[in-house]
Amino acid sequence: MSESLFLQGNEACAVASIRAGLRFYGGYPITPSSEVAEVCSVELPKIGGRFIQMEDEIASIATIIGASLAGAKSMTATSGPGFSLMQEALGYAIIAEIPIVVVNVQRGGPSTGHPTGCAQGDLMQARWGTHGDHPIISIYPESVSEVYYETIRAFNLAEKYRQPVVFLMDEILAHMRESIPLHDNIEIVERKKYNVDPKDYKPYAIENDVPTMADFGAGYRFHVTGLYHDETGFPDVSGKRIQSTIDRLHRKIENNLNDICKWEEVQTNDAEILFLAVGPQARAVKMAVKTLRARGVKAGLFRPITVWPFPEERFTQLAAKAKTLVVTEMNKGQMASEVRKYKTPNLKIHSITKVDSKMISPDEIIEQIEGVC
Amino acid sequence: MGNEQNYFRKERLPYIWCPGCGNGTVLSCATKAIGTMDWDQNKIVAVSGIGCSSRSTGYLDFNTLHTLHGRALPFATGVKMANPELNVVVFTGDGDCTAIGGNHFMNDSRRNIDLTVILFNTNIYGMTGGQYSPTTPVGYRATTAQYGNIEPPFDIVNLAIGAGATFVARTTVANPKELQSMIELGLRNKGFSLIEVVANCHEQFGRINDMKKPVEVIQWIRNQVVSIEDAKSLSAEELQSKVVTGVFRNEPRPEYVETYDRTIMSAALKQG
Repeated sequence: MSESLFLQGNEACAVASIRAGLRFYGGYPITPSSEVAEVCSVELPKIGGRFIQMEDEIASIATIIGASLAGAKSMTATSGPGFSLMQEALGYAIIAEIPIVVVNVQRGGPSTGHPTGCAQGDLMQARWGTHGDHPIISIYPESVSEVYYETIRAFNLAEKYRQPVVFLMDEILAHMRESIPLHDNIEIVERKKYNVDPKDYKPYAIENDVPTMADFGAGYRFHVTGLYHDETGFPDVSGKRIQSTIDRLHRKIENNLNDICKWEEVQTNDAEILFLAVGPQARAVKMAVKTLRARGVKAGLFRPITVWPFPEERFTQLAAKAKTLVVTEMNKGQMASEVRKYKTPNLKIHSITKVDSKMISPDEIIEQIEGVC
Repeated sequence: MGNEQNYFRKERLPYIWCPGCGNGTVLSCATKAIGTMDWDQNKIVAVSGIGCSSRSTGYLDFNTLHTLHGRALPFATGVKMANPELNVVVFTGDGDCTAIGGNHFMNDSRRNIDLTVILFNTNIYGMTGGQYSPTTPVGYRATTAQYGNIEPPFDIVNLAIGAGATFVARTTVANPKELQSMIELGLRNKGFSLIEVVANCHEQFGRINDMKKPVEVIQWIRNQVVSIEDAKSLSAEELQSKVVTGVFRNEPRPEYVETYDRTIMSAALKQG
């Protein structure tokens, strides 16, 4: 008999993180993410894990990086203002290659903005928020059920690639309640363990572009720094070393796009009007596509679930066949700007945007494109 | 005793620090103190922030974590909470710990998490070129206080005590014997321990304040030292220009992670 859960998105994220192996949570209260912390504070100690409410979001991300180095799968959750504060340490986790999951439940911004407002304004902050050239993995589900399974995938990718994963949600997903059908076979990726002589151990010795790092306390004493470093972990700022490290950090993601990228397609085969949308906004687009199809319009949807890296290869194929691309998003056109990089010369891009703290409804979408098709 | 030589990554020496810098003395005292603890070397974690003091971790043959400016304490907090078997020592400086990291310093003091913090107080931002720090004395110059500093300095010891740290001590690099014994006491305290070491930065603090030689800054420090006992007979005004040394607090109270496990974890397990 298959079981199911009935939860809000924030609860689903917390419960799924524990299913994925979470053992440490450090966070700071912020609307609309706080239930993630609340559930973790109750559930983690039941399984021998630990929870701490830190003094701010900078401390929150720092403490989960420390905990991850000491061997615990670790997570924090926040919203836009807190996510802004976390950016420096996010870069640390990228260059030091420490697996963590950072949940950003988006709200209206900039600044304090609208704490309980719906928005998708952090797509670019998720991609480029921390300074310097860096790759990022970012996932953005559309439903509570997908929050559950994609949270688990976020942990798996973080561990597999020793890379922070930014898990995007928004106010809609956070507080909407839906059922989650529970499957039996869920893959959980555990961190690779080392078993060489400690004398020969090099934390950043690279196999397939991903280092195998030991946990602190496991018998391999090594150095971790946010400075450019060599395979021993000690600072090395020779030009050659910097170039090869930054290249490798990108390569470990770029060479594994088939494993990392994930998307959904709805009636894309013959789509002349191709919609692009992410998160729960895509569900309104699906309804619009259905209505348009009933009217004989060849509409379809491409929905990246892995937002970063952007699933460029498949998108380019679909965009080449379409006449018009309609990007629908609750921001001022962040994704529309991104996809211009991949468009063919004949493709028209129509950008539907809204920043009034509400989702763009199917009717609004249809109204907006009536002049286009 | 006598393990301290094994605690250095000799291949990483010599130090990055300027000739005559007191940081080497602090590191030597710290390793000697750790050597008395009978700890498994694999279970020792040294965490640091950013700045001259924070370069310490690179020279130590432990699990070492050189973090972000001001953030040594929250990184260390995560390490300790994920694996309380690890013995965690934090190396930090006046700017790192009391300016950019001040919030973490207060809150970890309050929590009484089992970390031993060795704070190198050089009264200046050394690595960035001699800007004034929260412990630069009033009237002294820095590259960003060319007309003399107007900000009253922190009394780091009082800050730690006010916030709830359970072991708090202060000494100077001019007294390595006392420093070593204070660090040892701090390591033995099961809780948040702060050892403030007033140290010489002749290159940045000294040069701009007419004390170019290491010995001049050390003498300047020495001239201000008053023991905690002698300080009792001095007025508040007289104490303003003094560096009071000694153990100011050594009063254990329940440690954070142990309390978490004993109360929260056991209650949660019962609830199931």
